[in-house]
Amino acid sequence: MTEKTTILTLPADELVHPGNRACAGCGLSLTYRIGLKALGRDTILVVPPSCLTVLQGLYPIAATQLPCLNVTFASTAAAATGILGALRAQKNTSTLVAAWAGDGGTSDIGIQALSGACERGENFIFICYDNEAYMNTGVQRSGTTPQGAITTTTPISGKAQKKKDVPAIIAAHGIGYVATASAAYPLDLYDKIVKAKTITGPKYIHVHTPCPAGWGFNSRYTVKLGKLAVETGLFDLYEIENGRFRLTGASEKLMGKRRKPVSQYFKTQSRFRALSDEKIEAIQKEIDAKWAGYAQSA
Amino acid sequence: MHMIESGNTAAANGVRLAKVQVIAAYPITPQTPLTEKLSEFVDSGEMDAQYIPVESEHSALAVCIASSSAGARSFTATSANGLLYMNEQLHWAAGARLPIVMCVVNRGIGAPWTVWNDHQDSVSQRDTGWIQIYCCDHQQIIDTVLKAFCLAETVSIPVMVCYDGYILSHTYMPFDIPTQAEVDRFLPPFAPAYALNSENPANLNTVTLPDVRPDVRGNMAPGYMEIRHNLHADMRSAIGVVAEIDQKFQEVFGRNGNPYIEPYQCDDAEFVAICMGSLSYHLRDVVDILRTEGLPVGVMGLRLYRPFPDQAVREALAGRKNVIVFEKALSYGNQGALYADIKSALYCGKKRPPVHNYILGLGGREIKTAQLVEVLKKSCTQPDTVGDEPQWIGLKL
Amino acid sequence: MKKDPFGRHKSHSEPGPGDGGRTGSWRVKRPVIDLTKCIPAKKNKPACFTCWLFCPDGVITRTIPPTINYEYCKGCEICAEECPAEAISMIDEAVFIKKEK
Repeated sequence: MTEKTTILTLPADELVHPGNRACAGCGLSLTYRIGLKALGRDTILVVPPSCLTVLQGLYPIAATQLPCLNVTFASTAAAATGILGALRAQKNTSTLVAAWAGDGGTSDIGIQALSGACERGENFIFICYDNEAYMNTGVQRSGTTPQGAITTTTPISGKAQKKKDVPAIIAAHGIGYVATASAAYPLDLYDKIVKAKTITGPKYIHVHTPCPAGWGFNSRYTVKLGKLAVETGLFDLYEIENGRFRLTGASEKLMGKRRKPVSQYFKTQSRFRALSDEKIEAIQKEIDAKWAGYAQSA
Repeated sequence: MHMIESGNTAAANGVRLAKVQVIAAYPITPQTPLTEKLSEFVDSGEMDAQYIPVESEHSALAVCIASSSAGARSFTATSANGLLYMNEQLHWAAGARLPIVMCVVNRGIGAPWTVWNDHQDSVSQRDTGWIQIYCCDHQQIIDTVLKAFCLAETVSIPVMVCYDGYILSHTYMPFDIPTQAEVDRFLPPFAPAYALNSENPANLNTVTLPDVRPDVRGNMAPGYMEIRHNLHADMRSAIGVVAEIDQKFQEVFGRNGNPYIEPYQCDDAEFVAICMGSLSYHLRDVVDILRTEGLPVGVMGLRLYRPFPDQAVREALAGRKNVIVFEKALSYGNQGALYADIKSALYCGKKRPPVHNYILGLGGREIKTAQLVEVLKKSCTQPDTVGDEPQWIGLKL
Repeated sequence: MKKDPFGRHKSHSEPGPGDGGRTGSWRVKRPVIDLTKCIPAKKNKPACFTCWLFCPDGVITRTIPPTINYEYCKGCEICAEECPAEAISMIDEAVFIKKEK
């Protein structure tokens, strides 16, 4: 069992230049900065249109210090496949390939390519930073937007449908490693990426990524809110390794303890202003049932 | 080595000899035997390449764009709706200046569904920035695949090698397969100016502002318009490079065609028919028949379609009494695509012959020699009876 | 890099700071560390560094004491919120503009 990384053992080397165009307090900025430390410099990145495209810099200046290929929206996992093909042809067994896509580029427009790549067993790490809407184009609803959230395309009543369970979809492909993580728990994210590097085949990490601009909260609370999502049992940190499910980190610690009421989480973000008390109660019941299920299978 | 095999097999052998490193393709009729043959070459070990069975054509070209960006010689093939599915990637590969080669086994596009041959698929993509070369027989297919890699890697522009579905892809013809040693003399390994790597990291094809902007060293870097202008300028320069590569091919393999236009009986022709693909060889039979009737007619097969070799076309057609364009595609709502290109090339010439436009063979509609004879004779002997709008051959309304 | 007469001017970006300009100009308030409260400063040894961990833009150094690059700090206030010693205060930029004048 490898040691958990601490603040003092986290590498100090910064692989992202400051002065980039990410919003102040951006959850993705934090996720990406820590994630690159885990991946290391000998990694080729693949990025579709998304907030990350902009964060990484407009031509001709790159905020990212890693080699990166920008690709069309639907093709992230296919492009990652192509880079892997070239590396194999060149007998390069050391350079990593990591795809970074938003929720849209992963599970809506990007899902076909991702499914194909998982089925083919491609040896990459696919990181989805889930800020729960198409943030880069101005906060339109996505498949992973939570039920009830106000977005620019669900502007009055909020999203009618539930959040798409992307890790479950990817896990159903039978790949060796699926994990969830959060921008608010960067050391946990770091360790999961480091673990993924030791596994051959497709690895998928779904990162809950608070977005001050899109969710409607003061950027000061990006980390607090990310933690609250986990502390209420709404977003869970887990791993599915070779089919075996296991809660991790702060979610694992939550087992058998009292969770904070999910209403606390919803009240902090203006995107949930259309959620009725009845709806919040119903969601609370769903969370309670989910955790009862965890307790049973434990 | 001589072989009697299908056009698809000819193409596959070209890809094999070119030592392509990454192949990604999605099956679509009538390209499928080409893809299958390549997977056989790789699976048997005859070809040392990565064969990636992608889940769509959009992904097929996505894989090639990425593998080419990472420094591997890359290939894909498709037809019709598959080509259209990867349309945004066509623009992407051209704008990214990647030397990808793709065989397009020409087939008509839906709706409604058709699996039979016409040229609407590749012709409708003529504005994407890909070089397009059309083949008339199986020897041209294998030779053009080899030339295409050389051309693409010289000018950093992707190349489409087009040949007729079924008529060429599935019929059997004799052709010569060069030796690997000969091909190695003609086509060196892929050595791009830059391939993604961590020692020298770069962020490729990110958002580009409308105006120019300083780079990390403070030097002004070009904007989007400059990058796109250079694609066009380099495509125009590629016209000359096509001829150079043809010359080099002649030196190594001892055979060559015309890089731009393949003429037949045109030296003294007052009337010239022009088209692309295997139809140009069919029209040779028609020319022979009309010549016995004393009509001074010839036919030209246009090989290079994009960049359009307008100077060569002007020189070939200037001073003729009539030019008759046959094509299996059109720009809906206007005229035949090739017709418009030829008219436009002739416009700035002094001796502008009248040009006629015939649309035929859409969705694989059979083209009969007798139809062609009748139509060509009428165009030559009664040109004023043929209008400027597209004339349709074989329509059964 | 080999010379490439064709394919010049591909969209090829090189790493460097400040793609978005001087993002310090986005700030309304500036984070200031009180070194009498800052844990690594007080202990004079590596400790805490929570501000360094959570800074989305990586403009805080993991040094004793931590320093903030005001050229690029966007003033998101995460460091102030997360500091376990409440050692970071957000001070109105106007104060510093006056000082710098």
